[in-house]
Amino acid sequence: MINILQGISAFAIPVFIVFVLGYGFYKGVPVYEEFIEGAKEGFTTVVRILPYLTAMLVAIGVFRTSGAMELLISVLAPVTGWLGISPELLPLALLRPMSGSASAGLLAELLKTNGPDSIIGRTASTMMGSTETTFYTISVYLGSVGIKKTRYILAAGLMADLAAFAASIAICKLVFGS
Amino acid sequence: MINIVWLILILGGFLAAVFTGKVEETTQAAFDSAKYAVELGFSLMGIYILWLGLMRVAQKSGLVKAFSARIAPILKMLFPDVPASSSAMGAMCMNIVANMLGLGNAATPLGINAMKELNKLNRDNTAPSDAMCLFLVINTASIQLIPTTVIALRSAAGSANPAEIVGTTLAATLCSALTGITASKILKRFY
Repeated sequence: MINILQGISAFAIPVFIVFVLGYGFYKGVPVYEEFIEGAKEGFTTVVRILPYLTAMLVAIGVFRTSGAMELLISVLAPVTGWLGISPELLPLALLRPMSGSASAGLLAELLKTNGPDSIIGRTASTMMGSTETTFYTISVYLGSVGIKKTRYILAAGLMADLAAFAASIAICKLVFGS
Repeated sequence: MINIVWLILILGGFLAAVFTGKVEETTQAAFDSAKYAVELGFSLMGIYILWLGLMRVAQKSGLVKAFSARIAPILKMLFPDVPASSSAMGAMCMNIVANMLGLGNAATPLGINAMKELNKLNRDNTAPSDAMCLFLVINTASIQLIPTTVIALRSAAGSANPAEIVGTTLAATLCSALTGITASKILKRFY
């Protein structure tokens, strides 16, 4: 099981790239020209998220350097200790469903402080990748059809997020060791 | 909500700085972070350009459509009250595949289209149907084969192996999706 997960990680991207380009060529797609067309979108995507990323990284930088983050983590420590998780991960779990760019900024900061290949870095990466900006997604999609009632969507969505966080912690402990 | 969080981070930060005597360092951190954000943006740009270029090839070659056909049987099982050949079903398949491939920009319009089609089948105009709720919950569970943004952030932070979290992410996402689907199937009886 652990070997399979590590195997998927090592081969997923090279296999995917070769397959997509090979299949495109086989289907007669001008692969280079179309790649360039799509690549232009990568440029605009980053330009669009840069203000959000800057706003959030500045706020998190201020919060951490001032000592406020340490204070928050020590306040949360009894809760995270009881749950058996690293206190550094809790702010990410709280922010993730609310804002994608904010949590991306927080993850960048976490990776920089703890190292991307530490257990905290790997677990935080897995948490970020396995969840979505639940509040935003719900409001955009329901807004598009003009419906205000949400029934059980938020409850089920947050339960799914919680499951993803718990699973990330357990799986990373198993795969990468503690 | 995000307004409050952002404000608390900055105000709380500077307030704490007064008590810890780190006002100067904190001010410096604000400028350093802004500079770092732009550097980070440039490292992200490389990976986004690579990925979105590849994805354009995948779309043009019909690979996204081929994937959609593959997942259709699973969606038919999850959504028994949506007719199999309806345009709502087609839009849902395309949206989920776009999400799986990390095509956020392509996925959102497809998802909105799916919601509009599902709403046409909805008998009640004020509340979302069971199918609409389940579709949204699956969307918030984020089923991603390759988490592009996370890999880009790890690569920017100097990871020895930025993609090593692909397998763990996929496993965690599946737990999340199964939980969301189970919760929806149970909760729909009560709401």
